[in-house]
Amino acid sequence: MKEKKEQLVVSAIKDGTVIDHIPAGLLFNVIDILGLQKIENQITFGTNLESKKLNKKAIIKVSEVFFRKDDLDRIALVAPQVKINIIKDYEVVEKKVVEVPDRIEGIAKCVNPMCITNNQNVQTKFEVISKEPVILKCQYCEKITDHNNIVILSHK
Amino acid sequence: MFGRSLISINDYSKEDYLRILELAAEFEKNPKQNLLQGYVIATLFFEPSTRTRLSFESAINRLGGRVIGFAEAGVSSATKGESLRDTIKTVSNYCDLIVMRHPLEGSARFASEVSSVPVINAGDGANQHPTQTLLDLFSINKTQGRLDDLNIFLVGDLKYGRTVHSLLMAMSKFKTTFNFISPDELKIPDEYKLYLESLGLKYYEHKDFTEIISRADIIYMTRVQKERFSDPIEYEKVKNTYVLKNRMLENTKDTMKVLHPLPRVNEISEDVDENLKAYYFTQTLNGVFARMAILTSILGLK
Repeated sequence: MKEKKEQLVVSAIKDGTVIDHIPAGLLFNVIDILGLQKIENQITFGTNLESKKLNKKAIIKVSEVFFRKDDLDRIALVAPQVKINIIKDYEVVEKKVVEVPDRIEGIAKCVNPMCITNNQNVQTKFEVISKEPVILKCQYCEKITDHNNIVILSHK
Repeated sequence: MFGRSLISINDYSKEDYLRILELAAEFEKNPKQNLLQGYVIATLFFEPSTRTRLSFESAINRLGGRVIGFAEAGVSSATKGESLRDTIKTVSNYCDLIVMRHPLEGSARFASEVSSVPVINAGDGANQHPTQTLLDLFSINKTQGRLDDLNIFLVGDLKYGRTVHSLLMAMSKFKTTFNFISPDELKIPDEYKLYLESLGLKYYEHKDFTEIISRADIIYMTRVQKERFSDPIEYEKVKNTYVLKNRMLENTKDTMKVLHPLPRVNEISEDVDENLKAYYFTQTLNGVFARMAILTSILGLK
């Protein structure tokens, strides 16, 4: 029944990807991580929707785009509880969960203000030294960025 | 090591360290070898460091190589706003190897990614300074005759001191016992203690110099800088606690040596200099041999 209610506010798509169970406050982070600003397909999203698990959740539906697994996994950096549904002909044909990858390029900012990546046009690169909780080690300055101070870089 | 950049002390294995030490000892016996004749080495110092730069340039010149470069960012195109990427891409066309010091952390790793020739990190901010660590290892091995089973005392700023962290990482590959002497505010970070525990190595923490230093094989001194303290009163309280004086060395082992990465301010009193246990000036000479070994092994000449 819950699915039905959502469809009232965020219309169904024929083919594409649904990213569900996004904590409402992280909607724009997820948009940034996937670079949705840059794609021209039809995208609908809703936020502050009621959710038993998350209190308030957001959902994104992207028509005719099927993301690569490693692109989706980058979402796990901020929202590991996100659920992915692959839609074909209005039906869910596959459900996926996201998992934190072993390496992260771009997406997150290094916590160290003296790091080259925060001072020159150099993309961040991290080794993931722990997935739960997320702990990143900068490939350049070798400093640790942990889950409490992860800042997501914007594509803007 | 041939063709590989040296950015972090962790880039080298224990075998690599030993190879460098062996080569450095050879250069010490026979320093005038024309191995770098016909080679051009760039020394790019975006931040001044007289000692490190002269040590590298001395090593290069003694081996017959040519040096190009600059001693401070003010005379480089960085002042015109050129990115590090562009400077390195350009300079790597002019030389066989780049030695670089830069105030930004991670700058050396980045330079090694965009450079067409190997890069040696001569200090990237507070991050890494691997050639200092290799010359420290060379000094320790030379004075003690071994690297295993030594009791190393690290004194002063153990929180921010990059030489201390790199030396700890390097010596942890040998059966080392560590003693840390530092003020509370500048204690060795937990991550290093956990690392030593994971290797089963022993360490002890102390707040001041005591009789315990009679057990030391090496006392490695560092500067306690005022600006590291959040509370200036705290600094005033402890500033004299971490000063090594000659009389304190009375009961130490005959073979014990005092090392310091230099420059010294007041943490080793000048009356120590004449003591045979003071080794910090010879340590700088060792730096030339260690850098000869590093340069020639990266260039595949040894």
